[in-house]
Amino acid sequence: MRAVILIIAALGLAACGEAEQVVVYKQGKYQGKPDTRSWDNAPPGAELRGSAWTKGNRESWEEAIKTRQLAQHEHKRIYQ
Amino acid sequence: MARMKFLCDAERCIECNGCVTACKNENEVPWGVNRRRVVTINDGVVGAEKSISVACMHCSDAPCMAVCPVDCFYRTDDGVVLHDKDLCIGCGYCFYACPFGAPQFPQAGAFGLRGKMDKCTFCAGGPEGDGTQAEFQKYGRNRLAEGKLPACAEMCSTKALLGGDGDVIADIYRERVTRRGRGSEVWGWGTAYGPGKPGATPPQPQQQPGRS
Repeated sequence: MRAVILIIAALGLAACGEAEQVVVYKQGKYQGKPDTRSWDNAPPGAELRGSAWTKGNRESWEEAIKTRQLAQHEHKRIYQ
Repeated sequence: MARMKFLCDAERCIECNGCVTACKNENEVPWGVNRRRVVTINDGVVGAEKSISVACMHCSDAPCMAVCPVDCFYRTDDGVVLHDKDLCIGCGYCFYACPFGAPQFPQAGAFGLRGKMDKCTFCAGGPEGDGTQAEFQKYGRNRLAEGKLPACAEMCSTKALLGGDGDVIADIYRERVTRRGRGSEVWGWGTAYGPGKPGATPPQPQQQPGRS
């Protein structure tokens, strides 16, 4: 009986606690939600066109992006 | 390590506004907000007229990040400056701080009430799950996560607007200038990615909470 009363009292008192409802402000630090990295995604259409990069591998993603960037170079784009 | 930048070649820009249209279409940017726009100087002056495509340059030492009172900005590992719209209070400080006029504010109601800030994301989405509907609605397409470059740069018909890793696009531009023998000035690069203060260390990507 005493245990039940203690549990009820503990549960009842739990409502007295006030949870923080605002962002805890830290000067100069990003306060928002975390973002995922670009290379943590699987390349789209990999089953059709082959995998442009390996999921989670930054170097392979950068290599894929670099290949894409060179399409902006008209001399290399035309002659390659 | 890739460090994403924009470069606009004023010798090539023909003021077609293809980049503006590509951005609006790709990200379904609301009416009244232009993440990218084309600015023309010396309009009508023969031989002196130049057009430049301007948007957020994702500065190395971004002033918007420095002035934001709620610290909703962050820089990704590949140097793209993004912000969390759930935190933004639409105060407009970033607009006053930005040398490029990049931050845009949609009208959120009557009496000119400002909504949350909207700007170019380098087609990198924002702090929502990559490729999700929530990310698209708040920030637009995440092309970087698909291995693509910003739509504006890829759509540019004269390749005046280059986007991507700073080293690669600088090499492309350097070779272009060498071939034509003029027009080596890159508008906005000094302001966005300039040397900064003497002895200053380059900014590091911010460690975000909750990430491994």
